[in-house]
Amino acid sequence: IIRQKNPKKKTYYAAHVMTPLLSAPGEKMAAVQDAPMELDSEKETKPEILSDGTSNLSGNTASGTLSSPPLTAGGAPKQEDQQTLIAVLQFLRRNKLTESVDILRREACLEDQEDSQTLDGSGGGKGDGDGGDANSLLSRVSIASAAAPQSTLTPIPVKSEYDQPDVSVVLSAYSQQGDPSLYQVYYTGLKNFIESVLDCHRAELSQLFYPLFVHMYLELVYNNHETKAKAFFEKFSGDQECYYQDDLQILCGLTKKEHLKGNEALLDFRTSRFVLRISRDSYQLLKRHLQERHNNQIWNIIQEHLYIDIFDGMPRSKSQIDSMSGSFAGETRREVNKAKVFYGLLKEPEIEVPLDDEDDEAENEEGKPKKKKTKKDSMGSKSKKQDPNAPQQNRIPLPELKDSDKLDKIMYMKESTKRIRLGPENLPSICFYSFLNAYQGLTAVDFTDDSSLLAGGFADSTVRVWSATPKKLRKVKSAAELNLIDKESDDVLERIMDEKTASESKNLYGHSGPVYGVSFSPDRNYLLSSSEDGTVRLWSLQTFTCLVGYKGHNYPVWDTHFSPFGYYFVSGGHDRVARLWATDHYQPLRIFAGHLADVTCTRFHPNSNYVVTGSTDRTIRLWDVLNGNCVRFFTGHKGPIHSLAFSPNGKFLASGSTDGRVLLWDIGHGLMIGELKGHTDTIYALKFSRDGEILASGSMDNTVRLWDSMKAFDDMETDDFTAATGHIPLPDNSQELLLGMYHSKSTPVTHLHFTRRNLLLAAGAYNSQ
Amino acid sequence: MTEREERRFAEVPRESIKLMAESSGVELSEEVAALLAEDVCYRLREATQNSSQFMRHAKRRKLSVEDLNRALRWSNTETICGYGAQDALPFRPLKEGELFFVEDREINLVELALATNIPKGCAETMVRVHVSYLDGKGNLEPQGTVPTAVQSLSEDLLKYYQQITRAILGEDPHLMKVALLDLQSNSKIAALLPYFVYVISGVKSVSHDLDQLNRLLHMVKSLVQNPYLYLGSYVRSLVSSVMYCILEPLAASINPLNDHWTLRDYAALLLSHIFWTHGDLVSGLYHQILLSLQKVLSDPVRPLCSHYGAVVGLHALGWKAVERVLYPHLPAYWANLQAVLDDYSVSNAQVKADGHKVYGAILVAVERLLKMKALSLTLAAEGSGAGLPGTTTGAVGFRENSPGLSPPSEPLSEPPLGIASHLQAGGAGCPWEEWTPVSLPAMYCELYSFFGDSLAVRFSTGPPLGGATPPGPCQPLEGRKEPASSAPNLENTRKMPQLTASMNISPRQDGSPRMEPQPPSLAATETRKTCSVEVPPGPGLGTTDIFPKARFPLPQAGPPAFSFIIGGRQMGRRCQGRRFQTSFTPTPPLTTHPPRAYAHKLPVIGRVSKPVRRWTCSHYSLHLPL
Repeated sequence: IIRQKNPKKKTYYAAHVMTPLLSAPGEKMAAVQDAPMELDSEKETKPEILSDGTSNLSGNTASGTLSSPPLTAGGAPKQEDQQTLIAVLQFLRRNKLTESVDILRREACLEDQEDSQTLDGSGGGKGDGDGGDANSLLSRVSIASAAAPQSTLTPIPVKSEYDQPDVSVVLSAYSQQGDPSLYQVYYTGLKNFIESVLDCHRAELSQLFYPLFVHMYLELVYNNHETKAKAFFEKFSGDQECYYQDDLQILCGLTKKEHLKGNEALLDFRTSRFVLRISRDSYQLLKRHLQERHNNQIWNIIQEHLYIDIFDGMPRSKSQIDSMSGSFAGETRREVNKAKVFYGLLKEPEIEVPLDDEDDEAENEEGKPKKKKTKKDSMGSKSKKQDPNAPQQNRIPLPELKDSDKLDKIMYMKESTKRIRLGPENLPSICFYSFLNAYQGLTAVDFTDDSSLLAGGFADSTVRVWSATPKKLRKVKSAAELNLIDKESDDVLERIMDEKTASESKNLYGHSGPVYGVSFSPDRNYLLSSSEDGTVRLWSLQTFTCLVGYKGHNYPVWDTHFSPFGYYFVSGGHDRVARLWATDHYQPLRIFAGHLADVTCTRFHPNSNYVVTGSTDRTIRLWDVLNGNCVRFFTGHKGPIHSLAFSPNGKFLASGSTDGRVLLWDIGHGLMIGELKGHTDTIYALKFSRDGEILASGSMDNTVRLWDSMKAFDDMETDDFTAATGHIPLPDNSQELLLGMYHSKSTPVTHLHFTRRNLLLAAGAYNSQ
Repeated sequence: MTEREERRFAEVPRESIKLMAESSGVELSEEVAALLAEDVCYRLREATQNSSQFMRHAKRRKLSVEDLNRALRWSNTETICGYGAQDALPFRPLKEGELFFVEDREINLVELALATNIPKGCAETMVRVHVSYLDGKGNLEPQGTVPTAVQSLSEDLLKYYQQITRAILGEDPHLMKVALLDLQSNSKIAALLPYFVYVISGVKSVSHDLDQLNRLLHMVKSLVQNPYLYLGSYVRSLVSSVMYCILEPLAASINPLNDHWTLRDYAALLLSHIFWTHGDLVSGLYHQILLSLQKVLSDPVRPLCSHYGAVVGLHALGWKAVERVLYPHLPAYWANLQAVLDDYSVSNAQVKADGHKVYGAILVAVERLLKMKALSLTLAAEGSGAGLPGTTTGAVGFRENSPGLSPPSEPLSEPPLGIASHLQAGGAGCPWEEWTPVSLPAMYCELYSFFGDSLAVRFSTGPPLGGATPPGPCQPLEGRKEPASSAPNLENTRKMPQLTASMNISPRQDGSPRMEPQPPSLAATETRKTCSVEVPPGPGLGTTDIFPKARFPLPQAGPPAFSFIIGGRQMGRRCQGRRFQTSFTPTPPLTTHPPRAYAHKLPVIGRVSKPVRRWTCSHYSLHLPL
């Protein structure tokens, strides 16, 4: 077991060591080590355990304990760490692991300096214990992993009692034997109570039904009351909200204690605490009721498995609650979203824009050149001012601009002067790129920023790159031929290309499984692809060969995305973590762990300081690239999230999921600010227009819809005050915001892209069936 | 078991488990089988749930065997082999007994290996781009039309296609005639439609060759007339080719000897024909076309031949289009045209001639506008009930319209049909102009200020029908003085010529001796413009007209008889163009009243150019009763 465990530790340890490399590109290392780093490393242990399931249970005690911080990441970890340590110490003492106790003691005193060693130490120490007592431990491990974190995360009102948590109570999380036949009575009692309370409280308290139902059912299953569990399920499953249907489906198949072990989803349900947000009044009502009835069974579950986030103010309405709930682990805790996020854009580098002669001559009509100049000036002045919400320019090290990048920036500015100003009256034209004869199955599409190249990932493991312009794709000549060319000539860049290889498309072979994500580098020299085979590959678009295969996710990699400044990229996969990589490092720089299920999609923030991930657990997390913290946690989707898009100003986020809804989020305040209903199937593509006025969404239902994002954002008044409550009333104005709906005949929309002049490009595979 | 049945998922019964165990030689007790069965069910469900994730990420709706295999592989379970085929596997029940099985046919590998018909490789994956929605509106071409790679042509069709295109584009006029005839009536060429459309879209590459352009337009006509063809989305491509011929400054028009005018006329008629016969397919295009016509018209940089195209195009789209686009534009455009016509320099001669062409076209368009509008008013006033059938036929027979092209349902009354409804529909969001209907008299006044008597004279021709004169719309005009009355010459005493609505109702008694009853076809090009002013009814004819007629002297009244052949072309002499002669000699423009002046300084409209022989030859086809 020790041997098994150690390599795992090493992986994250290596990752931890790698972190300074973040400051790589050509600069001196700017040490990025501080307290949050440890959180990062702790989190890293989690995914391996979760994904390994039963095979590696021995590791769970230690790491399960430590895996709690990710759930609270961004909150106040200090105090909870302390409590975690106490709980672990008690546990170790109980199991007579004195050596480990000593080690832990010693290192806890050292506090935050070398947390990774703490992990190793405790892990090693535990290994000793395992030898003698492996069996009994095994039986308890799953409980421990579930229970340990809970001891640290006590509900606010009863916190004081838990200074010395009683470990035995915690451990018996599911083994405590209430009378199984009374479960139905308990549940019915609560149900009757909730149905009898005032309307305004009923909606809030109804949130309790689902988590209680699941936990009670699992307790029954865990304690081998199979028939009782089934009866319980039959009786009350109909009461649950429809958006939990998927989870109930999983639940109903689960009738044996043995099933619990391997089921990752339920492991998560138990390890994480379901978060409910309830107003103080409603909570008092509930508390009084339960105390009067001495309904300890339910009270225990509430205390141990639920986290009730109490707020002062009006109880929320049913629709308000519905808009925020639906995720795997309840709602967001407000304090999670309190961290400051620097969502502003970085200052544009100042580049001398030569007023191009040929263009001005071409448009010799009076007035035009003048206009241009003024535009450029205004652009310049905008970039000179530092956005107060922007991160420091060097908050994370970014690669220096190359000459070619500067040229591209100039091109970009020129293009953006010709950009069409979109709005409700001025909708974009839509160009559809249909993939024909894609029998092998189109799984991912990406355009370059300048819309010159188009890449498709296919289920047959290939990646194909097309030129979207008449210019054909050419490879660089072979080394021998390169030797022959005149390196001094002006057109050397042209000469190095091999004219014989010119073609409209190129195939890239290398993956051994469907390609689920492709992403171009901003400089158009590279292409990333992520695949079911667990790798992310970097391809050169000069030679059309594979340069690097990044192995780290040991499971399918669902998505990958290049940083808007290049060099970094993020990937997320079935192993429930997102990883941050740099192209010149074969191991990840950061591992973002915390999602309770697969990370289905990943996007970089426009300022490259943050990464957003969407997951099958129906939540969205925003991660700080600098320290790996989760700084925003959004719930509200009712299905796995398959598309994400930042607004160009970095202030807002749009997310689309299988439930056919697009949700809009204010990143700065951490609030949901809009819900766009209309699609009837999974939304696979979201994109804001270049100026952010229009949000385009593309879906499996063969439509592209355009939404008035400007109106959606402007209508919402978010300030710090509203942010304090964590929710704002959402208007139901999807119909007003919908500007247009455009059908394709039989082509699901897999990707959307706005050209620099605001022409909307959509892509998808023609589906002949 | 009853409990089981309430479950919402399939289960493997313990009997099956026992059976399977037996088949591999293991004896299972009831208890073990039950436990195993349950576990198998659970694992199956788990695998299915996991596999659905692969399906979602592959952006599919259908769960495939591959997905399940992936899920199994990632949970370290052996995968199922041999079911990776793309096509669905039929799941069949056995007739006797409740047994279901997957059909698994035996395949003779030897046969397969030695087979001579090597399967064709499937077509290359490719990306096709097209603009689906322009400015968020309209679908230029419905997406997902069958890609050419997929559609295969039979040998016969291919041969037919080659023969037909060769015949039409070839030199032999007789062959072409036959080919066009066949194209128009063949019922089995649906598969070839995209190819023909593609050939026709080649107009852009032969813009130097009038002959070829003409042949391609004929091809369009044949396709459009073929009752067995459903043009579908291809009609848009056809329209764009036709529009090209109407509007573009063709390379062929550089040479003044080339009669590209006729080509434009013909193309415009074709356009109108497409709209009247395939209105349902092109309804979305109407607006766009109006816009592009208007754009051309309002672009002073465009050559006059393009303007001419725009005018005839508008004319072809019906009087409503003229009213909506041309009429409001006229004041602005007039200045440009005037400038051209005013220039008497030698170098300008050609341009000036072109200008006269445009003038003529505008006049024709405007005339019809007035007539149709008047007619519509009349009908509205009459409460058209019984009068409609008769009057409409009258309208059809009426002079310059072409029987085959304009369907009888030319929108006359206010609740408009066909094109007018597009206009109405577009009217709400009409982007190009706030448009308010102008009353007929006002319109006439304004137009008269441009054209003067050359307009007026056209309304004094038809024998008026007594009693049909509606006093209503004309009343306001009666007392009104001619705006040009300040002019020093005789005009101050003269009232402005009024138009009599009655004439519209009368069937045209075409004086043209060569006027033959045209078949309902496009051949009407010739007929359209053949409108010579014959003997205008003298005052002594006893009409009930309360309005004075044109002030032109009647033929018997004096020698300066004018023959007024606007848009007229005499049969047999194809390229005589239009002649327009007024009785006036060019007088210096009247500076006091510029608009009026326009009318007086137009001695000759039209261009008399030498006919081009080849054109004659190709034009022959126009007469074909195709």
